[in-house]
Amino acid sequence: MMQWLPEDVSPYGGSIDALFYFIYYITAAAFILVTALMIIFLYQYRRDDSRRAVYTHGNTGLELVWTIVPALVFIGLGLASKSIWEEVKLNVPETDVEIRVTGKQFNWEVLYPGPDGEFETADDYQVDNDMHVPVGKPVRVFLGSKDVIHSLFMPNLRFKQDMLPGRLIEAWFQANKAGIYEAPCAELCGFGHSGMKGTLYVDTPEDYAAWYDKRWPPAETNGSDASAAETTEEVLASGAVMDAETMPDAEAEPAATEEEAVSAEDVPADSAAQ
Amino acid sequence: MSEAGATAAHDAHAEHHELGFIRTYIFSTDHKMIGRQFIFASILMLIVGGLLAMMMRWELAWPETPVPFTSWISEPFMYPADEDSTVGAVEGLSEYVDPYPGANFAKSLGSVGGAHMDPAFYNSVFTMHATIMIFFVVMPFMVGGFGNYLIPLMIGAGDMAFPVLNMLSFWTAVPATIMIVYSFFVEGGAAAGGWTMYATLSADPTLSGVDTGADLWVISLLILGVSSLMGAINYITTVVNMRAPGMTWFRMPLVIWSLFVTAILLLLALPVLTAALGMLLFDRTMGTSFFMPGGGGEPILWQHLFWFFGHPEVYILVLPAMGVTSDILSTFSRKPIFGYKAMAFSMIALAFLSWIVWGHHMFVSGMNPVLGTAFMLTTMVIAVPSAIKTFNWLGTLWGGNIRFTSPMLFALGFVSNFVIGGLSGIYMASTPVDIFIHDTYFIVAHFHYVVAGIIFGMFAALYYWFPKIFGRMMNETLGKVHFALTYIFFNLAFFPMHFLGVGGHMRRIYNPLQYEFLHDLQWWNVFITMSAFCLGLSQLIFFANFIWSLIAGKKADKNPWEANTLEWTAPSPPGHGNFETTPTVYRGPYEYSSPLVKEDWLPQDRKLGPEAVTASH
Ligand code: HEM
Ligand SMILES: [Cu+2]
Ligand SMILES: [Cu+2]
Repeated sequence: MMQWLPEDVSPYGGSIDALFYFIYYITAAAFILVTALMIIFLYQYRRDDSRRAVYTHGNTGLELVWTIVPALVFIGLGLASKSIWEEVKLNVPETDVEIRVTGKQFNWEVLYPGPDGEFETADDYQVDNDMHVPVGKPVRVFLGSKDVIHSLFMPNLRFKQDMLPGRLIEAWFQANKAGIYEAPCAELCGFGHSGMKGTLYVDTPEDYAAWYDKRWPPAETNGSDASAAETTEEVLASGAVMDAETMPDAEAEPAATEEEAVSAEDVPADSAAQ
Repeated sequence: MSEAGATAAHDAHAEHHELGFIRTYIFSTDHKMIGRQFIFASILMLIVGGLLAMMMRWELAWPETPVPFTSWISEPFMYPADEDSTVGAVEGLSEYVDPYPGANFAKSLGSVGGAHMDPAFYNSVFTMHATIMIFFVVMPFMVGGFGNYLIPLMIGAGDMAFPVLNMLSFWTAVPATIMIVYSFFVEGGAAAGGWTMYATLSADPTLSGVDTGADLWVISLLILGVSSLMGAINYITTVVNMRAPGMTWFRMPLVIWSLFVTAILLLLALPVLTAALGMLLFDRTMGTSFFMPGGGGEPILWQHLFWFFGHPEVYILVLPAMGVTSDILSTFSRKPIFGYKAMAFSMIALAFLSWIVWGHHMFVSGMNPVLGTAFMLTTMVIAVPSAIKTFNWLGTLWGGNIRFTSPMLFALGFVSNFVIGGLSGIYMASTPVDIFIHDTYFIVAHFHYVVAGIIFGMFAALYYWFPKIFGRMMNETLGKVHFALTYIFFNLAFFPMHFLGVGGHMRRIYNPLQYEFLHDLQWWNVFITMSAFCLGLSQLIFFANFIWSLIAGKKADKNPWEANTLEWTAPSPPGHGNFETTPTVYRGPYEYSSPLVKEDWLPQDRKLGPEAVTASH
């Protein structure tokens, strides 16, 4: 069974996988025990009219054993799971890489905050299905949806989180190996659910810088007196180039003008959580 | 009692013989006829649900190639294809996986002519498959069918407490069944939101593209809920009030315990489903916003309501199968059930705990992660009573004198599947592991081992009580062959789904080849499909045996299995009013191999000398 878990490139995936294998050994032992006993009993106590079955109604001591032992095992598993769950879900590391991913039938709408680090400003960049993140850095991701529930699933990152219309859910991930990973939707979201997927580009520092500089040329960001309108024009233009290069068939709209992705009416301000 | 006695008892009910055909076979108030009606209806639906599964399996093994035998289904659900395009489509698969497993098989079967499945129709197919299997096969078979048939007979009553309500329960289920099948034929097709029907996809017709079909789904389940509620009230009242003299609570067979607990769960869980379905229907048709964030609603509310019903529901499904298994294991081990009270109390514990674990379906739903931990712990606790039951079943086998009849084999098959299903539940109960395997084929494997595993309990029940219900024996040899093939192909079909899930294969997708990371796993899909086809074909043996035995099976004695419980003291099949004289119960249901008697069984109603009575349980 081991080799079928896809490669893990996340910081916490090792703990999850270890827990998985731990449960695997426990359940395998339980399975073998029960199955072996069953086969032995079925053979040993097969019909033989020369003897009678043992007349017994049970054995309190034995029954206590097989109540308490599983209970202890389950509690142990629960505690082990609890600490890893908290590591994954509650201890969100500090980071300056942030993206917003909004599910819509049947694409991921990816929004980058741009150099100012703020969403819903003029220097945002939006594209469908392409997520560029730097290798080895935590990424804070805000998940939302425009229509139905979707679920961003990145098998190699041991990441899965549903995206709810009407909420922005905060989560994080980190990829420790550069590469290109598939990011399918894991929650039934309509007739196009099958095949709904994006691509996670985990870039080396150089590649990430190159991608970033192409999107937001250094000159542009340094020129702090450039008006918002001009910046928007730049982004629009470069966005169109980007789309033509990497997403020939996507109807991706450049971002700055299409802010309604997670606009105020869809996402009550107080609902960002977790 | 002799045949003559049985006739005499019948004559005492002479007025019933004047009931015409319609009152006897259609609008009957006799719990036995109603039970049979439920059994037949659910077997018919089992065929429908099974065929839907076969369509899905074809699509998953050879995606986007024409599905054989489906060209009669109209557009826009299926698009007809000729033989050449079939061959072409199959050959095209090698673009993804080369050589493509089962390509020759697909080509040759494809030559019978098929049609391309529309992805939206695939969603309808799995939604309806699950809905039918859960609500129109397992529930009516076990609860409606065997609940009805067994409760009065096994507690020594003449009928249910409310015979007319009982009849209404069946005749309310009929329109619900017709409606769910009919929903395939309306414009837009049948519901396509999954059997869990998560909002907002389900709450706004424009989001799923299914309009009338999903409304019919909701209404059908609302009506079915009324039917189940009538049944539940009847069962509870009957068990509480109509037990024969001497039938104390702890002399009841475990199958009656299980049906009683199930009825209570139904009574409490159905209102929740009804409320949720009502809100969904309002959202869909009247523009309310219970689940639509645009109007201030909350999509995740649906999940809470659905699973608050849904987890008790899975115990509604499985408890009767557990009860059946307990009775059958004891009978054919010729041994008292091991730990009777622990068995009864663990069912009660399951019933209580089933109300506080629903959040384990929602670990990654966006629910607060702290709640996830709480639900994980309650879920770990609910696994304990399941473990107790399993070990007590093993204890029952230990030291037995085991008769391998077909009901016994199916009961053992149920135990074996339940062990796997219970153990796979633990992976998903662990929150961090569930992040990965949630919504993958791992969970599909899990619930098929438990829910489709219930089919083994259903077959066990049918083979066991067939002689009582229909007065004839089923063919044992065919029964054993049926078991062997079903057991083998069931495991070959469902066990590898764990591997797919661990590989990350999502559930509810119609074309796995759309994902590169799944290409290496595709041959498992082909393997599973082949096994599933064999599993389906193996059921033909059952149907042949069932129909042949109904017509020409060997006539059954009163007590062909030498069993203890009260139904075996009534004629096979029992006449109206069930018992020639109301039985008196002297002991528990599982006094096999008792030292008090020479035979290895001791019926509950057999009176022994006074000293022996006090010595026995
Ligand atoms: C040992 C006890 C069990 C444990 C620990 C357990 C655990 C779980 C968990 C954690 C899930 C949610 C998985 C997910 O969505 O990621 C689940 C799903 C499910 N379980 Fe169990 N389970 C147990 C027994 C049962 C039984 C007895 C049944 C039915 C008779 C059952 C039927 C189901 C079904 C139908 C689902 C899938 C629901 C869906 O469509 O999403 N389980 N189980
Ligand atoms: Cu989706
Ligand atoms: Cu559950």
